[in-house]
Amino acid sequence: MPHLDFTLLLHGQYRDWLLAGFLFSLQLTALTLVFALPLSLCIALLRLAPSRLAQSLGFAYVEGVRSVPLLVHMLFWYFGAPEALPDSIKAWVYSEQFPGSVEAAAALIALTLYTAAYMSEDIRSGLRAVPHRQLDAARALGFTFLAAMRLVILPQALRITVPPLISQTLNLWKNTSIATVIGAAELMYQAQRVETASFRGFETFAVVTGAYLSISLLITAFAQLYQWRYPVRVAQS
Amino acid sequence: MMELIDTYWLYFLVGQYPKGPLGGLALTVILASLGLLLALPLGVLLGLGRISENAWLRLPISGLVFVVRGTPLLMVVFWAYFFLPSVTGHKTDQFSTMLVALVIFDAAYLAEIVRAGLQALPKGQWAAARSLGLSHAQALRYVLLPQALRHMLPSLVNQFISTIKETSLGTIIGLAEVSFIANQINGQILVKPLEVYTVLGLSYFVMCFGLSRLAHGLEARMDGPTARQA
Repeated sequence: MPHLDFTLLLHGQYRDWLLAGFLFSLQLTALTLVFALPLSLCIALLRLAPSRLAQSLGFAYVEGVRSVPLLVHMLFWYFGAPEALPDSIKAWVYSEQFPGSVEAAAALIALTLYTAAYMSEDIRSGLRAVPHRQLDAARALGFTFLAAMRLVILPQALRITVPPLISQTLNLWKNTSIATVIGAAELMYQAQRVETASFRGFETFAVVTGAYLSISLLITAFAQLYQWRYPVRVAQS
Repeated sequence: MMELIDTYWLYFLVGQYPKGPLGGLALTVILASLGLLLALPLGVLLGLGRISENAWLRLPISGLVFVVRGTPLLMVVFWAYFFLPSVTGHKTDQFSTMLVALVIFDAAYLAEIVRAGLQALPKGQWAAARSLGLSHAQALRYVLLPQALRHMLPSLVNQFISTIKETSLGTIIGLAEVSFIANQINGQILVKPLEVYTVLGLSYFVMCFGLSRLAHGLEARMDGPTARQA
């Protein structure tokens, strides 16, 4: 085993690179959550809506997105999708004004669409766990479908839905690493950069693995805390 | 689009084979199948360790499972890529590197599936097997694992879907699986990225959606006869 030296990584330029990557990965996770949560709620409602067309649309989205690897989503949004843009917009997007923004945007779009497909399934099963007669009763009282969802079903489904959503957030945190394939400057990208520049492979990967694990541990602990504080109550049927 | 498929379909399916190493879609399927097959026994062992009564076994294995599940697969791939050569003493090719990473990663996930499958069995099954005179190992082998594995079948098919999708990360270390081939094709023709990546996405979709319907069908069939409460 060669002599291990972490001091090189914890000072100066290498530390700045790794820290920048860590922060960018966190930002990517947070932004994806902001966009994916409302989107996934819409998809879940589509799949439960009292219309065949809406149901099939929701089904097609979820199965279509989940059956393709995230890496391919990233490649598609980075290499493929910009080709379909009109030339003037393409020139503006690729202009030097925003370095690294195309990579970040492609990663954000791919992560949002991918995560939303998974989260919508969690939300859907949470909504379905509320007995159907609750919806019937609300409808009989004169609520519209959306009003019944918002005021009667969603508040009850929340406790069941949050724990799986937290575990999807953990998956999302790990999935940000795949953005390295299109050159988005997240943690894994910076790890490769530091490794190439410093030849300190073992130390770099140890530090980066520790960084990923620390956030994973935080998310897991938060899930435990939530389940302890807000245990699932069985709805009365 | 038709012209694209006409020119490149063979390259897409098998890579440079037979003039070079096997690649493309065939390599993706082989890697995923082999990965899951090898991960399964390891996953059963880790799953048993997770619920062992011996703390010296349970705690380190639970720690290992947590560490692997808390790390991105890409990180595991990089560890394998840089450190397999120094452990084994000779240069490892991309295929074995990716295979080792997949087996370790999937085994940690399978361990949780096995654990959940065993813990879902009625407690009486274990007590009954032991009181009939079966040893610890015999009770696991003849009574508990067969039932648990049957219930796990849909989860196993879902894990296979995940494994197929995970093989795409081989691209990053230069393994010639189907995503890598698509990148090569895109690099050769340059002007049709939208078409190339759409075809790539569709090929994954056909495989994974088919399997996901299979898992769905299995799940529906299992709702019939379940283990009786003892």
